[in-house]
Amino acid sequence: MIRLIRLEWIKTFSKWRTYIGFIAIGVVLPLIFIGIKLDKGRFLTSSPGYIMLEQNFHIIGNLLNGFFVSQLAMYFLMVHIPFFIALVAGDQVAGEAAAGTLRMILIRPPSRLKIFSAKAAISLIYTAMLVLCLAVLSLGLGVLLFGTGDLLVRTEGLLILTKEQVLWRFLMAYLLAILAMGVVASLALLLSVLVENAIGPIIGTMAIIIISVIISEAPISLFEGIRPFLFTTYSKVWQKAFLDPLPSNDILFSIIYLFIYMMLFLGVAFTIFNRRDILS
Amino acid sequence: MDNHTILYTSHLTKRFKTVTAVEDLNLRISRGDIFGFLGPNGSGKSTTIRMILGLIKPTDGEIRLFDRSLKHNRKNLLSRIGALVEKPSFYNYLSARRNLEIFATLTNPNPDHQDIDRVLDIVSLLDRAGDKIKTYSQGMKQRLGVAQALLGKPELIILDEPTAGLDPKGIKEIRRLIIQLAGQGLTIFLSSHILYEVEQMCRNMAIINKGSLVVQGGVEELLNTEEEIFSVKVDRPDQAADLLKSKAWVESVQVRSGEMTVEIKEEKVPLMTELLVQQGFQIFAIQAKRSLEDYFLSLLGAGHD
Repeated sequence: MIRLIRLEWIKTFSKWRTYIGFIAIGVVLPLIFIGIKLDKGRFLTSSPGYIMLEQNFHIIGNLLNGFFVSQLAMYFLMVHIPFFIALVAGDQVAGEAAAGTLRMILIRPPSRLKIFSAKAAISLIYTAMLVLCLAVLSLGLGVLLFGTGDLLVRTEGLLILTKEQVLWRFLMAYLLAILAMGVVASLALLLSVLVENAIGPIIGTMAIIIISVIISEAPISLFEGIRPFLFTTYSKVWQKAFLDPLPSNDILFSIIYLFIYMMLFLGVAFTIFNRRDILS
Repeated sequence: MDNHTILYTSHLTKRFKTVTAVEDLNLRISRGDIFGFLGPNGSGKSTTIRMILGLIKPTDGEIRLFDRSLKHNRKNLLSRIGALVEKPSFYNYLSARRNLEIFATLTNPNPDHQDIDRVLDIVSLLDRAGDKIKTYSQGMKQRLGVAQALLGKPELIILDEPTAGLDPKGIKEIRRLIIQLAGQGLTIFLSSHILYEVEQMCRNMAIINKGSLVVQGGVEELLNTEEEIFSVKVDRPDQAADLLKSKAWVESVQVRSGEMTVEIKEEKVPLMTELLVQQGFQIFAIQAKRSLEDYFLSLLGAGHD
């Protein structure tokens, strides 16, 4: 199995599309941070919430710190990460079918279960790497440019997390984000086994996510009955890692739901892949 | 199934919804054979090969390889087969050597790098092994396709239309390669719609049309039938054809581009010659024109449409 994952690694990381996500993060993140630095944090200090905060509280220390901008970057970029994941995971089977290499590998001894498992593993590894890239770069660059401090959390009330709490909160947030994005990778893989062109799963994944997010978040009572059945309802669970007190039950519930969705997507994808006649 | 039979299909059938691609196909290929699998485009050749290689699941029937059922011994059996299914496809962004390493690793967890060099050498691509596939010509890709089929020293090689899309030079190279491989004692299953190819290279063959087996046997044996086709070069071919058509011992007569072809038993040739001379025709040449192509067309024309 390890050798199959290694082969998928070679194939995936020999394609330049795999690096688009890393390049995008590597370009956009410094741009955001430099912009905030040059702006001297005016976007924060001039916001009505901050002005109100300043009027009522005496602020000591640096609220515009590396943790704050890292969290901000996470809010900005987590919306776009699914596209990069779909770009790679959606190509795993459909791309090989379109290129004709799928039949070349399926006439070899490894079972379809093993081939599929290796493709699923590499999709999830890539997803984790992309989120971790965002984590390391945003925290590293954020702390380097803005220093450390307590974290002002964007929430309905006033919440400031102390410096000591921040790191494990970030760790939890990124791990939860990996799980949520893992569901996206599984969905892309499911669409990838259904079609034989590389672009279909990418567009399909994004279309499903956009529609699901609208239903999950639009304040329309008609959608209320559907919301619990959409994975996007649970995919922002990482934001809950910054709440205090930590909503443990909510987080656990979301983890279970996301895990079930991931297994469901992968299970259906494998069933289709295993039964499918390879005509490409 | 005897010990010499390497591939055996029994009542093999594949239906796609309402379309029957292969129906009740019984094939038997012996060890060491060069077996031609002939049929026009869309006759079910590729579907049959894909079933043999586990890419398509049969609707009905059985496939046995090396005297074992493919259904229950897939992993073991596929490790003994090398195949090229339709046009060869590779990871264009990787080198030829890297591609072969990937395919070799799928068969053997610890692939032998000397084996990769060996197959590259057989297809004369050793000096281009480090180049990315996207720089390869179609002919080179086809040769590399044969090379990947040879990885791991398989006992049976299945080649599906190996010369498709090649220029005459490329076709010649691939045919030379197949004959060279056959000389090494490998069993080769060659699918083709080019009859000359099978006639030149194969010992045994099966003809498939519209998913059904038309005939199976030795190439020479199938060609050595009583009815022969003769090309007769004669003055006034149209009148000569009209004369011959009226005779019961003449199976068929055709005139194309001024050349008359007559289908008769060989023993009737003197009678035909005598008749034409008696009627004042001048005969310039009579030449046996029996070929697999004529045989193939006559079979397909005789109730196999």
